[in-house]
Amino acid sequence: MMDYFYASGIRRARRLALGALAVAFACSGALAEENPRDPYEAFNRPMFAVNEAIDKYAAKPVAQAYDNVVPLPVKASVGNFFGNAGDLWVGVNSALQGKFGDAGVDLGRLLINSTVGIFGLFDVASELGLERHDEDFGQTLAVWGVDGGGYLYWPIIGPRNVRDTVGFAVGTYADPVMYVRPVSVRNSMAGLRFVDVRASLLPSDKVVEEAALDKYAYIRDAYLQRRRNQIFDGRPPRLDD
Amino acid sequence: MKKLFALFFAGFVVSAACAQEAPDVLVQRVTDDVLEIIRKDKDIQNGDTHKVIELVDKKVLPHFNFSHMTALALGKEWRKASPQQQQQLTSEFKTLLVRTYANALTGYKNQKVVYKPIKMAPTDTDVLVRTEVLQPGSKPVQLDYSLEKQDSGWKVYDVVVAGISLVTNYRDQFGQEVRNGGIDGLIASVAAKNKSLEANSKK
Repeated sequence: MMDYFYASGIRRARRLALGALAVAFACSGALAEENPRDPYEAFNRPMFAVNEAIDKYAAKPVAQAYDNVVPLPVKASVGNFFGNAGDLWVGVNSALQGKFGDAGVDLGRLLINSTVGIFGLFDVASELGLERHDEDFGQTLAVWGVDGGGYLYWPIIGPRNVRDTVGFAVGTYADPVMYVRPVSVRNSMAGLRFVDVRASLLPSDKVVEEAALDKYAYIRDAYLQRRRNQIFDGRPPRLDD
Repeated sequence: MKKLFALFFAGFVVSAACAQEAPDVLVQRVTDDVLEIIRKDKDIQNGDTHKVIELVDKKVLPHFNFSHMTALALGKEWRKASPQQQQQLTSEFKTLLVRTYANALTGYKNQKVVYKPIKMAPTDTDVLVRTEVLQPGSKPVQLDYSLEKQDSGWKVYDVVVAGISLVTNYRDQFGQEVRNGGIDGLIASVAAKNKSLEANSKK
């Protein structure tokens, strides 16, 4: 649900995020009834509304057009390409979390897909049984024992707690797309990645719209559950009912 | 993700003859069965909501324990609710879940489901069945079912997509409604939501 927020790795967003982080803390004091899971709700709700508007009038229509026009094999290759571009950083994070076997697999994937898979357009490694892992620096920080901090909702990059916001900012430095030159090509690639990820989320839009009593809360709680699951690599300890 | 939601409902076709089959066998058999039906049904693929709901009603629902699901979604407040309130809420919540996720079924295509080996002792009465949904160009998505053993067979009481429990994800929203208007307020809110969804689907 939140993957597309990884899509935008624009440097400006990073500065914006850190600036707004300060704002979030400043805003948080004024709340009457605080949800312990969402101390910055007074900041987040308006940001959510902003993002909903951006999505409705810009991101979603573009993603829909992309989804309708582009044939499936091409879409799959676009997803594979950006997945491959991210696999090195995935591997680094596997290693930073002490999962050296996984890191080896990630590196192997990168080598195989970049060559046999023609610049990552085909995910040959998965066919060979080298599974893609789901790691990022926010998860690494969590494994290192860094507390999540409060939940935040950003324009463009969406839901991230304080820990994941830092993880995201660090991750942009490790994003190969950000080093592509000329800048116009870099921006086109970042834009395409954003659209690709947004398009992959189109089917879930209707589900969320229909399922949620409060869409903001539904997305927040889904984010919190999903991140917990990722940190524990799909096997989180059971919570008491 | 709509397609993933699709798959979870796809999971459960009735077979009265083997009510006590193992939970993982149950999940696999009914997933395969329902996906087969959907693959062949052009109306469902074209988004015929009522036809999918019918399919889900008939084949899937008998394998779900909705009062357990509702209790899980509500948390501590469940025990404070009267039996009548529990029943009303269960009924409205069931309608909401069925409509939402039956709709998701219509988006099924191009996915493959992989079943993970299950770890369970013969005496277990509460198990987790793990599956994974593969889609071209995307990361595999985890799709897990919690089942409990009852006299009438194994029943699903939670569905977890990519780590997100579709049931406990309601807990804060339900809590908010209860704080605002009590259990009856919550029942009214879910009922109103169902009504507006029904009205929209008739447009």
